[in-house]
Amino acid sequence: MNKIAVKVDDLTVAYNYKPVLWDIDLEVPEGVLMAIVGPNGAGKSTLIKSILGILNPIAGSVSIYGKPYKEQRKKVAYVPQKGSVDWDFPTTALDVVKMGTYGSLGWIKRPRQKEKKAALEALEKVGMLSFKNRQISQLSGGQQQRIFLARALVQSASIYFMDEPFQGVDATTEIAIINILKELRKAGKTVIVVHHDLQTVPEYFDWVTFLNVKKIATGPVKDIFNDDNLTKTYGINYKVSIQE
Amino acid sequence: MDLQEYFSLVFSDYTLRTITLGTAILGAVCGMLGSFAVLRKQSLLGDAISHAALPGIALAFLITGVKDSNTLLLGALVSGLIGTFWIRGIITKTHLKSDTALGLILSLFFGFGMLLLTFIQKQPNANQAGLDKYLFGQAATLLESDVWLMAVVTGICLIILLLFWKEFKILLFDADYTKTLGFNTKFIDILITSFIVLAIVLGLQTVGVVLMSAMLLAPAAAARQWTNSLATMVFLAAVFGAFSGVFGTAISASQNNLSTGPVIVLVAAVFVLFSFVFSPSRGLLFKQIRFIKNRRDLKLHKTLAFMHEIAKTHENISHPHTVKILNNFQGFTKGTLKKLEDKSYVTLQDNMWSMTDKGFKIASNLYNQQDNNE
Repeated sequence: MNKIAVKVDDLTVAYNYKPVLWDIDLEVPEGVLMAIVGPNGAGKSTLIKSILGILNPIAGSVSIYGKPYKEQRKKVAYVPQKGSVDWDFPTTALDVVKMGTYGSLGWIKRPRQKEKKAALEALEKVGMLSFKNRQISQLSGGQQQRIFLARALVQSASIYFMDEPFQGVDATTEIAIINILKELRKAGKTVIVVHHDLQTVPEYFDWVTFLNVKKIATGPVKDIFNDDNLTKTYGINYKVSIQE
Repeated sequence: MDLQEYFSLVFSDYTLRTITLGTAILGAVCGMLGSFAVLRKQSLLGDAISHAALPGIALAFLITGVKDSNTLLLGALVSGLIGTFWIRGIITKTHLKSDTALGLILSLFFGFGMLLLTFIQKQPNANQAGLDKYLFGQAATLLESDVWLMAVVTGICLIILLLFWKEFKILLFDADYTKTLGFNTKFIDILITSFIVLAIVLGLQTVGVVLMSAMLLAPAAAARQWTNSLATMVFLAAVFGAFSGVFGTAISASQNNLSTGPVIVLVAAVFVLFSFVFSPSRGLLFKQIRFIKNRRDLKLHKTLAFMHEIAKTHENISHPHTVKILNNFQGFTKGTLKKLEDKSYVTLQDNMWSMTDKGFKIASNLYNQQDNNE
């Protein structure tokens, strides 16, 4: 078994009275490409946001390679949901990707040639180099998603968290993104993705976590991606057989 | 005094120079900080803060009994800040939306402020007259020391802006992501908000509680129309703000008895109106022109495609056809035909048209590939 990249213990999160996440224990081994699946309101985004310290949990702890997240920030990159920002913001694609270097720069220091070069390389990786000076509102939904991906790639992290990167993108972009994710895995990175399309889980991912407020199951796709777990998670009699 | 006289006097007359400088600096700093408020969709925050400052002015007077502008503005600053933190508190602690929180604090503080003002007016104190100038502002009361204070605050604000430019920008665009990178977003947020409060308080004496928010929003809204770069936007907003201040003062000084604050705000509104209509990329005028031109091009292409359909049924593509067969085609005009001839896609002869090789080639490749649209 590989090293454990992300470990979550007894995590409980609530916005109001009812918990959104209840007592989650989770271990993600290094080097997997993992999908988090579950119905709407299951707490998938909340789980990622709590691991990343965007939300304060009621109880529980998170460790990245055995240490608290705060000490390991530079090992972690985040791709938020595309809809979480205002794309009419006055800036260019290259500028957004450069933001990925801000974390390693720290306070006050400005990005320079080195950072610009890294941002351009990331843009090339996602096939968006020719759009570098485009105002971000003039990009299509798929292109905006690629920009977000490039921004995370620039962080050159070990663990990538992505919140629905396939939402509202066309088939070409979906394939482009999944290829990049598979490349990341090949390079030994750990990639954790909130995912909605159950049909593509076996094709895209090798690890899966079923979530519905509680953790239902987590493990290799080939062992646990079955009707039983899907039914437990989605509450209806779900058949994987829809794949055929 | 007319405008010409004003501009000849502005460099020699002490009072005029002080007022003009003051309104220009105020306009610049408000435009700069207003850009951030607009991009954070906190346009109304300025309105709430300026109204929330009123009870502070009244209380400062009640406590000290003197009408020193610095003391009163200190009171305004404190109550403005309290109002701001209450708004933030309401938004985070309750389920009320931000517009509700803003409206609530705005009216509550303003009501309390007005109550205190009427209470003060009933006091047997000869000193009380003139506090109500803070409602609509009175630029004429600006002293050199006030202008110095504005200049110093603007200078500090500029330094902070340059130092934390990267942090401000990323927080404005994507706050959650900023947090994951390890930045203290609360600190950046409080820094921006505090400077917005400071700018508003500085403007109260000149523009007044009621109209102050326009000083923040108008230059920024105008600037956004002209650029897609944050740096240019902030710079332009500062320039627009400063010009609004100067022109507003000039107009009010040259037309006797026109109150300066409202005139400045109206000048800023003219900048906004002009920008909404005439900016090249976002302005209504050019948008409409582009729209009409696009439709014309499409119609032209559609006609060409129709002709292509007819021409390709003949072995010789330049076989002449009568113009009449085009008459029933939607959107076809003589002008279209003339344009097609100008582009030498077709040739015309006595009410007959025939397609050229060039026209045929263009027509058969129209909109074939997505890439052609780029």
